[in-house]
Amino acid sequence: MHYLIEAFGRALAIIFSLDPVLLRIILLSLKVSGWALVISTVLGLPLGAVVALRRMRARGLVISVMNTMMGLPPVVVGLFLYLVLSRSGPMGFLGLLYTPGAMIVAQTILALPIVASLSHSAIVNVDPVISQAARTLGATQFQTTVTIVKEARYGIMSALIAGFGRVMAEVGAILIVGGNIAGYTRVMTTTIALETDKGNFELALALGIVLLFISMVINVALYVVQRRGDRWRLS
Amino acid sequence: MALVLKVEDIWKAYPGSDVLRGCDVSFDRLGVYVLMGPNGCGKSTFLRLCALLEEPDRGKINYLSDGQNLAKDVALKRRITLVLPKAGIFNSSVFGNMAYGLKVRGVKRSEVAERVDRCLELFGLAGKKEQNALTLSSGEGQRLSIARAVVTGPEILFLDEPTASVDQKNSEMIEDLILGMKRQGGLTVVMTTHDASQAARLADVRLMLREGRVVPVLQA
Repeated sequence: MHYLIEAFGRALAIIFSLDPVLLRIILLSLKVSGWALVISTVLGLPLGAVVALRRMRARGLVISVMNTMMGLPPVVVGLFLYLVLSRSGPMGFLGLLYTPGAMIVAQTILALPIVASLSHSAIVNVDPVISQAARTLGATQFQTTVTIVKEARYGIMSALIAGFGRVMAEVGAILIVGGNIAGYTRVMTTTIALETDKGNFELALALGIVLLFISMVINVALYVVQRRGDRWRLS
Repeated sequence: MALVLKVEDIWKAYPGSDVLRGCDVSFDRLGVYVLMGPNGCGKSTFLRLCALLEEPDRGKINYLSDGQNLAKDVALKRRITLVLPKAGIFNSSVFGNMAYGLKVRGVKRSEVAERVDRCLELFGLAGKKEQNALTLSSGEGQRLSIARAVVTGPEILFLDEPTASVDQKNSEMIEDLILGMKRQGGLTVVMTTHDASQAARLADVRLMLREGRVVPVLQA
């Protein structure tokens, strides 16, 4: 117990010293996961909206696939992507393996089904009368769709938080396709795994604390944005 | 020239029931038309078809202006409005709900604010402007749903049982607002109710939906 407290204290000291190595790892984590979330949102939100609002034959199948992919094992994604991006793979010519780009692709694959599926659930649960009300008030098809998506905004925010949480905490896929190269592809989760293996618990703990803190900041920020968004609608 | 609605021999069926069976009626004058009939007789379906929310199985719904038949496009749909029995209030402020119909029409912000303020005053909701609309009482919510339709300046306003789910006080307020719009003129209101005394108070023309057809109510 004493050792744990001591390690915790040293971890806090590392954080407050603003260690450049630590900062670089944190920034790269945020950059990789942030881009993965942006791409997942750009692709996943419209996908969720289309599946929720458009009549289509294979809707059940698409929903089943999205839901199944939510549980994709990260190491399997990493392995698959490794084979695709490796020099002899079909996309080896891109030279993405062991780069932050490959890590973004991996995290996007993991976040996309979560964003799409939870967005779909949020949109499909909007009361149909909202769509009718929008149309009776003169909205075009596109404006009606935007209105429904806005009504589902809290659910969509939750989808984004869930997607971000998944990729920030992910380690298997990015370890395989990123290679955990110091100063280049080393992020918080891969560093925690590595430093724990080495017995360097202070840095691992420091990064764990930062990871939790980032998660909390994102949740609080989203809550504030939602509140502000309602107020802005007034002006 | 006022917008005229001509309904010609419309039929509509849902699985297991023929709701409308050859409705013929013209709404060709300003004022209040009240369509009566028991629950489930097809009043709401009739209004939804008139408001172009649904297509009839058979027959025609024609909107005319200056004798010309108008295309059923967004421009026409923005000249008519239907207030649904279930309000369909958006999860935003009262102002946001009021401004919606104007914003989708591309009305300037300054004009939106001015028109919304005027309408909120008229509907007794000025003090609630910044409140989230979902926190309003059912009566206030119903007034808001009528107000946000009226603020868009429709030429034909369809009201589907506007007082069905509100208390006596709000019902009277809504009736007064309809009478106020009637006095002001320039608007055709087509509303449904199963309250005969309300119909008598509000209607210029009373109609009845009977056995799937719209028939005039003979005045005593």
